[in-house]
Formats: sequence, C-alpha cells, structure tokens
Amino acid sequence: MLRALLRRLLLSIPLLFIVSILTFVLTGLTPGDPAHTILGTNATPAAIAAINKTLGLDKPIWVQYWHWLTGLVHGDLGRSIFSSEPVTTILANSLPITITLIVGAVIVSVLVGIPIGVASARRSKSSGQLIDAFSLVGYAIPPFFLGLLLTLLFADTLGWLPPSGWVDPGEDFGGWLLSIVLPVLTLAIPGAAIVARQTRQGMLDTLGRDFIRSLRARGLSSRSIIYKHALRNSLGNVVTLLGLYVVGMLLGTTLVETVFAMQGLGSVAVVATNQHDLPVLEGAALYFTIVVIVAFAIVDVTRAALNPKLRTR
Amino acid sequence: MAVTFALPRPTARNGVPPALRRPVTIVALCVLALLIIAAIAAPLLTPFNPISNELADAFQLPSVKHWLGTDEFGRDLLARIIYGGRVSLVGVAEAVAVYLALGLAAGIVAGYVGGVFESIVVWIADVAFALPQIIVILTILAIFANDSSAAMLALGLLGAPGLAVFVRGATKTVRAEPYISAARVSGLRTAQILIRHILPRIASPVIVQVALFAGTALLFQTGLDFLGLGTQPPAPSWGAMVSDGANYIGKDTWMVMPPGIVIVFAIVSFNLIGDALQDLRGDRISASALTVASADRVDGHLAEQHGAGATAPERAAVPVSPSAVLSVRDLCIGADGAPIVTNATFSLEPGECLGIVGESGCGKTMTALAIIGLLPEGVRTTSGSVLFRGTELQGAGERRYGSVRGSGIAMISQEPAASLDPAFTVGDQIVEVIRRHSRLSRRAAKAESLSLLAQVRLPDPAGVARRFPHQLSGGMAQRVLIAIALAGKPAVLIADEPTTALDVTVQAEILELLRLLRTEMGLAVVLVSHDWGVIADSCDSALVMYAGQVVEEAPIDAVFTRPRHPYSYALMESNPQRAAETRSILPSVPGAVPPVGQWPVGCHFAARCALATDACREAPIALDLVADEHWTRCIHPTAVPSPTTVSEG
Repeated sequence: MLRALLRRLLLSIPLLFIVSILTFVLTGLTPGDPAHTILGTNATPAAIAAINKTLGLDKPIWVQYWHWLTGLVHGDLGRSIFSSEPVTTILANSLPITITLIVGAVIVSVLVGIPIGVASARRSKSSGQLIDAFSLVGYAIPPFFLGLLLTLLFADTLGWLPPSGWVDPGEDFGGWLLSIVLPVLTLAIPGAAIVARQTRQGMLDTLGRDFIRSLRARGLSSRSIIYKHALRNSLGNVVTLLGLYVVGMLLGTTLVETVFAMQGLGSVAVVATNQHDLPVLEGAALYFTIVVIVAFAIVDVTRAALNPKLRTR
Repeated sequence: MAVTFALPRPTARNGVPPALRRPVTIVALCVLALLIIAAIAAPLLTPFNPISNELADAFQLPSVKHWLGTDEFGRDLLARIIYGGRVSLVGVAEAVAVYLALGLAAGIVAGYVGGVFESIVVWIADVAFALPQIIVILTILAIFANDSSAAMLALGLLGAPGLAVFVRGATKTVRAEPYISAARVSGLRTAQILIRHILPRIASPVIVQVALFAGTALLFQTGLDFLGLGTQPPAPSWGAMVSDGANYIGKDTWMVMPPGIVIVFAIVSFNLIGDALQDLRGDRISASALTVASADRVDGHLAEQHGAGATAPERAAVPVSPSAVLSVRDLCIGADGAPIVTNATFSLEPGECLGIVGESGCGKTMTALAIIGLLPEGVRTTSGSVLFRGTELQGAGERRYGSVRGSGIAMISQEPAASLDPAFTVGDQIVEVIRRHSRLSRRAAKAESLSLLAQVRLPDPAGVARRFPHQLSGGMAQRVLIAIALAGKPAVLIADEPTTALDVTVQAEILELLRLLRTEMGLAVVLVSHDWGVIADSCDSALVMYAGQVVEEAPIDAVFTRPRHPYSYALMESNPQRAAETRSILPSVPGAVPPVGQWPVGCHFAARCALATDACREAPIALDLVADEHWTRCIHPTAVPSPTTVSEG
C-alpha cells in the first residue's frame, strides 16, 4: 500500500511542474496585463514599464518562473495584484471551503449511492432503469441550475436553510452545518446517482462471477455473499469513479461556490480570472492540482485496501 | 463449464439496431436536431430581437405573445434561447472538433504504429487525466478575456489525450485480428488499412466517446457563461440567461427555468445518444446469479424448435436404494422449454464414487448444478426428483437448500482459482464456512481450518491460510477448495472437472487426495469429467451422458471391459492416454454433439455412430438393462466392440 502511495506521489511531482509551467507560460504571453489592471487602460508606457520592473515582469519568463519556484519553497506565492494580499493568505481562507464541499459531497454520494446500487442489483431490472434515468438526469443538470432549484425550494419557499454564504464552523457550528447543506447536496445528487449506477453494475458483474456460485454452494447466507463478498469485490471501480468524480467536480465546486456566494478556491480563481490577477490564479492552479493529487492518492490507497492483488505480490 | 446454449440476441430489423430504435434515443436525436435547426434558422422562427429591450414587457410569464415569457428587460426568452443556442452549440462544436481530430489521429497512429509515439501519447494522457481542466481554462480566459472559442478549443485539447488512449486501445484490438495481418501481408499501404479497415471498426465506440464529451463540453460552455467569463451581455447565451435569472430569482422565479431546462435537455440528449451506441456495442445480458431464474426474460424461440422431449419416467422398475445418500430420479433440466438434460437417474451410496462422463455440452455440469439447486439463470429443473438422505430437494426453496449446501452436499469446480473470493485470505474463507455450519468460536474455527488444510495435504497450513487466492498455484487452490468443501462435513462431494485446469502430475495428486478422503471420511463423490482416464482411476461406477441423456450406466469394470454403448466406446478410443500407450494415432469421434434444441427424434448419437441403422433414427431409444447393473440406451448393445486393451493406470 505504501508502495502504491509512493508511486503516486512520485508521479505527482512532474504533474505539479507541468501545471505550474503551463499556467506560467500562458500568463507570460500577456505581459502588459497586470500593469493595466493596476494602472488602468490609460497608463503611460513609462508607468507600465515601471510597474513591470517592480513586479519583475520585465525579466525573461524562466527567470520569473524560477523566482516563483524559490518563493514557493519558502511558502511565498507572491501577492495579489488587485488587493496586495499575500496569495497564500487568500488561498488559505478559501481552501477549507472547497475541501468541505468536496468531502461532504463524496460522503453523501457514498452513503446514499452504494446502498441504492446494492439494493437495485438484487431487485428487478426496472429499479436499474430508474437508477439509470436518475443518473442520466443527475449528470445532465448543470450544478449552477440544480443549486438554484434547491435554493428556490429549501431556502426561498420552505425557508429551512440559508440561501447562501459560508459560516465559520469555529464561530457557529450549527450555522455552518446548515450553510453547507445546499451546496453539498447540489454536488452530491449527481454524485449519488453515478455511484449508485456504478455500484449496481459492479454488483451485477461480481454476482455473475464463478466464485459467487462457489460461495452459494458452501451454504453461505445471501447476506454474507452480497454484503461481504460481492460488495467488497465491486467497490474498486466505485472508488476509481469517485476519484474521477472529484476531479470533474472542480468545475462543479467552482459553480456551486459562485451560486452560494462562498469564497472557495473556485470562486477565488474566477474572480482572479476576471481581474487578470495572475499570481492568485497561479496559486489557485497549484492548490487545485494538489487537491487532485491527494484525491488520486486516496483512491490508490483505498483500492489497495480493497484488493489484495494491489498490495501483495 | 460454460452454459452451452446461446441466448438469442436482439436482432437488427431494417438494418437499424434496436438500441437506436428506442423511443428515448429518437427523442434525443430530435431534441438535438431541433436545437441545431432553431439556432441556424433563428430569424425565421421568432419575430423578436433577442437583445432589444422592451421594458414595458419585463418579467412576464408565458403568454400567447411571449411563449416562454420575458426577462428583466422585457426581452423574449424563447428568442434568447433560440439565438443563445448559437453560442453554446458552436462552442460544443469547437471543442468536439479539436477533441475528435487530435484524439482520433493520435490514437489511431499510436495504436497501429506503437513505439515511442505510443508511449508519449499514453504519458500525455496520464498527465491530462490528472490536470484540473477548469483551472487551465480559467487561465486561458484570463489571457483571452471573454473568448469563449479559446476556452472551448482548449477544452477539446485537454480532452483529446483521453480519446487518444481510448482509440489506441480499440485500434490495437482490431489490429490484432487476422484480416488486418492479411491486409498487411498483401501489401496494402498503412494509410489504406487505417482508413478502410480500422476506422470503420472503431467508429461506433468513438462516437460514444464524442457524444459523452459533447455533453461535458456543453456543461463547461454554459458554466463559463454562467460565471460571466464567456459571452458578455447583452448577447444571449443559455448559461448567461440562467445567471441573469438567478439575479432576479427572488422577484421572478420563472425566468431561470426555460434556459436551465434547455441545457438539461441538450446534455441528456448527448448522453442518451452515447448510451444507446454503447448498448449497441454491448448487447450483453448481465447474468445476476442471485435473482431467481426468470425464463420470460429470454425469447422462447428455442422451445418452438423442439418439443420438451421424452419426459415420461424411465426405469420405474428400479426401486430407490434405501441406503443411498443421494438419489436422483428422472431429473429433467430445461432452458426456456428446450430440454438440456432429460431423465437423468442415478443414486449414490455412502463412500461411493460415481463418474459422470461425456463431451462438453452433454449436460454433465448442468446435472451436477441441479443437484444443489445452483443452475444458472434461465435454466431450471423441469421435473424429476433429487433426494438427499430421503429429503426432496427438487423444488426446495433457498432455505432448505441452505441447510444442505456445504453441510450435506459440497461442490468443487473446474477453475479452482476462479472459485475463491479474491479479496479474502484462504484462512478467512475457510473459517467463514466452518462457522456457518457449526457453533465453533472464531479461535476454534481457526484451529479447525488449519487441520483441514493439513488434511488436504497442504504443507505449511498456517502459511497457506494467510495467503490470498492469487498467491496460490492451481493445485494448491484446488486443495484449498477441497478443504473448504470439507469444512461443513458433507456426506456428498460433487467434483465438476476438478482436475481439468491442472497439470498432469497435479491431477494425479488431486485424484489421490479425493480417494484418500473417501476412505478416511466415507465421503461419497460425484466426479464429473470428460476424461475416461480420470473416471477409470477414481470411480466405482460410471454414468455416460450424451446430448442431455444418460446413454450408459454400469460398474466401472463392466463399462471398461465391455461397453454397451457405441458412444462410450468411441470416447474410450479417443482418450489420448490410451492412444499414447498403444502407440497408435489418436482417433477422434467424427462430428460434434448436436446443440441443445436440435436433438434428433431417435438416438441422439446416431449421426456420429458407425453402428446406426434406420431403427435408431425412427423413435426415441429407451434405457435398457443389458447385464447386471448395466444399462444402455442402444438397440445394438452387443455390436459395440470392446476397447483396445491397455494396462490400467
């Protein structure tokens, strides 16, 4: 298991470089932008040159990248061009929000999706069709639209939940819990649907395998066969799917954070995009990539825990 | 052994595959066509200008004038949706174009040519896979402000490596097929092979990927517009319209609905088309082992081809032996009305070993599975009786079977490695069975499991108990399975081709083990095999099956010295071991077992039999007693030659 984890982390290092270089090269294509952002569009060339010199933008792109990398090693990602706040501070405030949404959505998807998938694998074909339909629609509703519909129902009409905003759990835990229900639900509804679908498919595949008949021939209860043996052998693909779901969810969290007015990584990145605040965007890219790497590492470890072939020789 | 009858596949009518004729698929295609046509022909379809304000008409619900109502500037929502489709659909088209062009080209070359290029493509795909697409696209948008095209082209670029890897896999599969090698040998140029032979074969799975990607692309496109990063006001776009509606949702809840629903419909349509094409490729019926066999799922056309066969009881004169531990009488097995096995009758005394022998597809395994009620889905016992220690099992529910399986009758099967749950250690799997059939504590069950592993002559039982199934050799796995089978202290062991998958030396060891266990524990064994050598080595009596019928039954010595059915004789003569010992050319039985549903009226073996006469083909042949305990389903029993004599071994 440790080996799988190490391998994943080794693969991650080039990934981090690629993402950071990519964002750097891309943003380096438009050197005038930060100066324009600060000075406005009517700035004189002299003023722009002065700003570029202060920001180090007059240097070649690889020098800038090296500067950024050495800063990174010291925990310094530069300052926002717009607010002059350190990028690390901005992101440190927004990371917990995004993580909360992702983890919450994964937990709800698993807790709802797996039991539904197992139950439907045992029952008729029609329950499978229901799950297929549910996951089809769940997957097709854009998170921003689903979020609005849920807000409309639970916040505006029923008034059970706050329509938007993030509450610090340290200050008001109950309020925090209520504030994350709708965004998490928005992400978890399609998540639960695809988990249920994958679980059902995995269970059907596993139940068709030879060893299931052998287990039955040994007189084991169908409860043990389904929940202990078949489920365990079906979960590997569910876990892989969840990993992909988390990576795909980064667009979803970005949209959901915007709908529910939360300053998560995604909405910070969107604001930075609008403001051409490149240091913030580069920092956000780094954090997003780390989130993906951690998600894949968790997937690897979980899969190894489920499948002895992956952890033993 | 595999189920030997084919499930009828849904067939294409009028050349249109069923998956594409489903109403939902047609609706999906229509929805997309409608959206595309509407976007193109927008000015012809709506009299309203999507960007001119009519403040007097603001926030209207649907009306005769404004079919979908109006927004905060009094603009017609339907007009804005129709015109807005242009931005969204063009965006999707841009992303798909890049995705398809790059992914297909790179993938097909990587798959066909391989080498360094293939490694590079796979590596890029690995990276692209883990790349957070949204952040790259945001970066692009930070540079090319509000340039939706740049974002969508970038999305296509980011997705393309995924398609490339997929296409590479598909190409490699097709490339491995003989006709491609033939085309290469015959001097066709690579480009020709790729375009004429490979591309058409991988087209349909590629279209599936493209359809699913189009759905994702639309999600991105509308999402970016919603975030205000793409299309700028007042230009209409679906995503921006939802965002617009969201701003006024407290005042007018309607406004957000039409654009939102259109997006959902469009994405659902893309995915439905992808699903339909996917089903087209699969068309496979998933077998769920734990659902009750439901014959109505499959077409009954097999039944029409052939009647249910002779189901009248045979050998009624033979009484059930009172001492028999297992007694099977007139067991008939069928799938969808077509018989698979008819009138199988035999009984088993404690400690006896009965061999069931025959070629693949004769019904041996089905008979064995029917005894413990584990027939595959779609296959059922249609009549007959299975008595275990005097208790009728035929027609018994899961509960009665539950009390017999494992503890009364145990089973081991052909593929030892596939019969173990790969996720649990050997020890765990034995302990579970022991505890299921006894009241032992976990600790006592563990000790018991080690003694069982020792009993099946596995060296280092404790070490084996800690292993996972993939860490066992075939012979070890079969010993483990035997240990598990013994865990419930059964009286009968059904061994279905227990040695087929094993090396010859290991085969002999396993057979020796079974013999030892019979004498040590008084275990009765039903040994299913296609190999007379195995049967001769281990069994007291033999049951020969051919095309669903018992054709001969006799004590083992009798059948070997004087077979009374030409099929038994032919099988013995084609035994490789025998041919090797007599240094003769291995003869084979000409012809093949007739498939289920195509059995002849008369003797099932007649078509392959050298002794067959007209009388054999006219009417069903009955099982007849020709010598002491020697039954045969042949009307020329005395004409059957004696097999070439060889030393037993």
